Amino acid sequence: MSAAAVHSLWTTAAEPISKIDAPKIEYGQLSPTLIVIGAAIVGVLVEAFVPRKSRYYAQVFVSAVALCAAFAAVVALAAGGYGTTKAHIAAMGAIAVDGPSLFLQGTILLAGLVGLFTFAERRLDPAAHGNRVDSFAAQAASVPGSDSEQAAVKAGFTTTEVFPLLLFAISGMLVFPSANDLLTLFVALEVFSLPLYLMCALARRKRLMSQEAAVKYFLLGAFASAFTLFGIAMLYGYAGSVSYATIAQVVDGTVTNVDPALANTMGNDALLLIGAAMVVMGLLFKVGAVPFHMWTPDVYQGAPTPVTGFMAAATKVAAFGALLRLLYVVLPGMRWDWRPVMWGVAIITMLGGAIVAITQTDIKRLLAYSSIAHAGFILAGVIATSKDGVSSVLFYLAAYSFVTIGAFAVVTLVRDAGGEATHLSKWAGLGRRSPLVAAVFAVFLLAFAGIPLTSGFAGKFAVFKAAAEGGAVPLVVIGVISSAIAAFFYIRVIVLMFFSEPSPEGPTVAVPSPLTMAAIGLGVAVTLVLGVAPQYFLNLASQAGVFVR
Amino acid sequence: MENLIALLIAAPLLGAAVLLVGGRRLDAVGHWIGTLLSTTSFVFGVILFADLLGRNADDRTLMQHLFTWVPVAGFQADVTFRLDQLSMTFVLLITGVGSLIHLYSVGYMEHDERRRRFFGYLNLFLAAMLLLVLADNYLLLYVGWEGVGLASYLLIGFWQHKPSAATAAKKAFIVNRVGDMGLSIAIMLMFTTFGTFAFGPVLSHATDASEGRLTAIGLMLLLAACGKSAQVPLQSWLGDAMEGPTPVSALIHAATMVTAGVYLIVRSGAVFNAAPDAQLVVTVVGAVTLLFGAIVGCAKDDIKKALAGSTMSQIGYMVLAAGLGPIGYVFAIMHLVTHGFFKAGLFLGAGSVMHGMNDEVDMRRYGGLRKYMPVTFVTFGLGYLAIIGFPGLSGFFSKDKIIEAAFAKGGTEGWILGTCALLGAAITAFYMTRVMLMTFFGEERWRNQPTRSPEAPSAEPAAEHRGEHAEPHPHESPKVMTIPMIALAIGSVFAGGFFSIGDRFLHWLEPITGHSEGDSPLSAGAVTGATMVCLVIGVGIAYLQYGRRPVPAVAPRGSLLTRAARRDLLQDDFNHVVLVRGGEHLTRSLVYVDHTLVDGVVNGTAAGFGGLSGRLRRLQNGYARSYAVSMFGGAALLVAATLLMRAV
Repeated sequence: MSAAAVHSLWTTAAEPISKIDAPKIEYGQLSPTLIVIGAAIVGVLVEAFVPRKSRYYAQVFVSAVALCAAFAAVVALAAGGYGTTKAHIAAMGAIAVDGPSLFLQGTILLAGLVGLFTFAERRLDPAAHGNRVDSFAAQAASVPGSDSEQAAVKAGFTTTEVFPLLLFAISGMLVFPSANDLLTLFVALEVFSLPLYLMCALARRKRLMSQEAAVKYFLLGAFASAFTLFGIAMLYGYAGSVSYATIAQVVDGTVTNVDPALANTMGNDALLLIGAAMVVMGLLFKVGAVPFHMWTPDVYQGAPTPVTGFMAAATKVAAFGALLRLLYVVLPGMRWDWRPVMWGVAIITMLGGAIVAITQTDIKRLLAYSSIAHAGFILAGVIATSKDGVSSVLFYLAAYSFVTIGAFAVVTLVRDAGGEATHLSKWAGLGRRSPLVAAVFAVFLLAFAGIPLTSGFAGKFAVFKAAAEGGAVPLVVIGVISSAIAAFFYIRVIVLMFFSEPSPEGPTVAVPSPLTMAAIGLGVAVTLVLGVAPQYFLNLASQAGVFVR
Repeated sequence: MENLIALLIAAPLLGAAVLLVGGRRLDAVGHWIGTLLSTTSFVFGVILFADLLGRNADDRTLMQHLFTWVPVAGFQADVTFRLDQLSMTFVLLITGVGSLIHLYSVGYMEHDERRRRFFGYLNLFLAAMLLLVLADNYLLLYVGWEGVGLASYLLIGFWQHKPSAATAAKKAFIVNRVGDMGLSIAIMLMFTTFGTFAFGPVLSHATDASEGRLTAIGLMLLLAACGKSAQVPLQSWLGDAMEGPTPVSALIHAATMVTAGVYLIVRSGAVFNAAPDAQLVVTVVGAVTLLFGAIVGCAKDDIKKALAGSTMSQIGYMVLAAGLGPIGYVFAIMHLVTHGFFKAGLFLGAGSVMHGMNDEVDMRRYGGLRKYMPVTFVTFGLGYLAIIGFPGLSGFFSKDKIIEAAFAKGGTEGWILGTCALLGAAITAFYMTRVMLMTFFGEERWRNQPTRSPEAPSAEPAAEHRGEHAEPHPHESPKVMTIPMIALAIGSVFAGGFFSIGDRFLHWLEPITGHSEGDSPLSAGAVTGATMVCLVIGVGIAYLQYGRRPVPAVAPRGSLLTRAARRDLLQDDFNHVVLVRGGEHLTRSLVYVDHTLVDGVVNGTAAGFGGLSGRLRRLQNGYARSYAVSMFGGAALLVAATLLMRAV
């Protein structure tokens, strides 16, 4: 190759560079996410530079302020009309700022804040060598049962890294439901998944179980991510773009300019169907739908309970948000293909979760299966493919996340010598020993069961109504049957708590700090308010029920 | 003037509230508060009565609308009172006799530490009873109907420390419930038929409805009346209701509440007039009950139960008359009023006797009391003469008219009903003479009492505690008790004559109930003559049996009929065998079905899901590799299903 030719290559290659525009970023509209990411980075710096003694306080402070500020930003955006009239797609087509985005981001931020309260709880575990400790391992890197672990405990170490991890996870969750192209979706997925994998491994008690849970979650999550990524590649092959809007146009057949590089594959329906199925599968994994649910009980049981509560609530919100946007914005043109499939998934999810929950003996596993059944109920709303369907799912998610975090927060209170007493037999007669705690837990269980005057009823009613109006009456019938089955094991716990003799060496109920009390109190308050007077929030969800395209 | 109507009810209601809420602070004066407010109500009644008398006969209906109770589109229930000649009659009877009995109770209940509460209940009863007769629609009437039921329950069981009293109260309540169902069904039928249950529209448009509907409504009203007025087949509670204090028996279970059924039938006359079948059933019920009660009354040794049988029988007369339609309505009410006087007087007399005899109720342990209780003897005697229909006294006029009316019904029915009524008159004469002779004449059997025979009725166990070994010292009751007795005796003597001379009562009530003479096959004189013959026969037999021969202190075994009558003609046995046993069998079989079939299905389903759950749960084996396989399989299925959907 001659020098001139090289030169010519350089010059010809150099020419288009000048045409690249600087990306246009709407910082204001992205501020909720940016605030949380910024705070997470500050948290990392805190870990590096703030003295060990003050780290906990600094981290809690930074996290709380960031979450409140981000929530305020969401409210400001919603008040400014970005949820309705000014809804549009920001960041060069990567992020949608619209009603569902803002509603779900608000929900995730509140769930994150309540989750933060439970993360920061330091009164439940007995003080180790004079140091107040939380639910997380003294030093995550030490081998369970080793000398170094004991040394770390003795030294009073605490894993304050959970706070920046929490913020990172929340930032990913904020992006997930508002991602408007497949790559952003995938990046967001990984951004919130990786911190969760880590946090699952950080339990202070039963560390081996916790680490096992984390490894399982990581392996299966990676497996699912691979499917998702492969599906994304196929959809790119089909549409020549990862942008939601473009794919939707190709699906509808309204796109005109065919990318010459992909002329062989564009518009090939097999690619569309397989790719869509695989991307959806990745999302179904995150919401814990059958048959992609098997990680749920193991991980929920092994993870530190505050992490479980946060994960069960916020992950579900984010993943259902992403699923809604994918099905409603990208794939409405092929809803006759995916609706029957989702019918099947919803049915086996509702029934499977409810049925297997009957024989559970561990309260955390019970709640895990309960969350699977609830994923099925929410799927019924997703299938409605109507505006009511969207808003009912939004309402359900908001209601469900508070009940879930509250319920897991109660689980952290019931303890014996080995930490949390999660075996159901230990909960017998709790209502006699600690009537208030048992009553609060009963409220949460009734909400899970969907008993009127709790948020669970309002949510379930909204979802089933939307599904029935969308023509899915058989699905609703099966949903109601599943609810009846599910009611059995919820009520059974109530019966166990209130009508059984307490066992003599039963667990004690720890008195928490105001943080956990706030988390539980907020859960009860939201549960009852949404149950007794749901109309305002239903209206809010209804206003937020339109996706920007 | 209309505004006084609500005050009629308000006065006793206020009394009930004050006495029941006021607590022990009012113990010292409670009985006088109750009596005062009852009398106040009576005074209001008299004022209103004077006002009505001053008006034209057609203009004697006063209405007072208080407020709209249930304002629903198409379902309008008002709290409106209607005071016309019929309700006025009842108001005077209720408040007049009621006030006298309040006064009597002051003495009778003197030693009861819960006297204040007793007066509270009595006032509550008055308020409810007045509401019943003053209501302008059936729904409001129903409120009063239930109110008197409640008061009756509370007062029968007033001595609830006695198991017999508690049981009797419960029995009265439950039996009445059957009747109440009838009333509520009747009201529902009225609403579906007429779209309202106000008296005005229902009664003036009664003929618009089909006869079948009206018969159904009439029979349901009759069922209600049977419950409240102790008519066959719902009569069984009245005898046991005598467990209540005697003033209660006099006021509620003789003079007023038990006659509510007669009021209901007469008030609903327009419905019954258009439903002859229902009327026929009413007359049959009346005729059967008048004989039933009379026979029961003949066999009872307990003075109050004998009088209770008599009450049942006399109300049977009234129901019979009410069933005769316009021929009998006026006489039903007239007999009701005169009966209110003499039966209340008889009960008060019985109470006075018990008061002086250590609460003994067994007539076989009375005898010769006329010397010791002259006032009681005279007043009781006048009541006795009135009830058997001695010429010139109240019962003579009112009962004679009913017998005449029964014949006037005409045809075979008229003959049968008339004969029953005549026969009833004979039996009435017999059992009342028996009571009179056993109580006030003959040897003094209460001296040197042998040990109590196990067969003898012991309705008042309190008597056993107080008077088992101590010989009673019969004495006259205090003035506060004898004055009401005297007042009622005056009513018993003169009321009938006052009402009948110049047909005063007929003219008074006719605008409301209507009247027709009917066509009697017998002349009035012939009927009166026959009644007199029956009277003489009844008294004569009783005198031969109880006046000429000594009365054994222990009841003889008696004939089969006597033994059956002692057991209230086996009514409780019948109820027990048919209803209680039947109900037990029904519930037992329902429980069996519930246990085997319903629970079987439920438990089977539960076991099925549980088994499924146990099996599915084994899939969750804890190995990440199995989970990954499951996910892979799921993903493959998802893809395949999506492709399949496109293919089909």
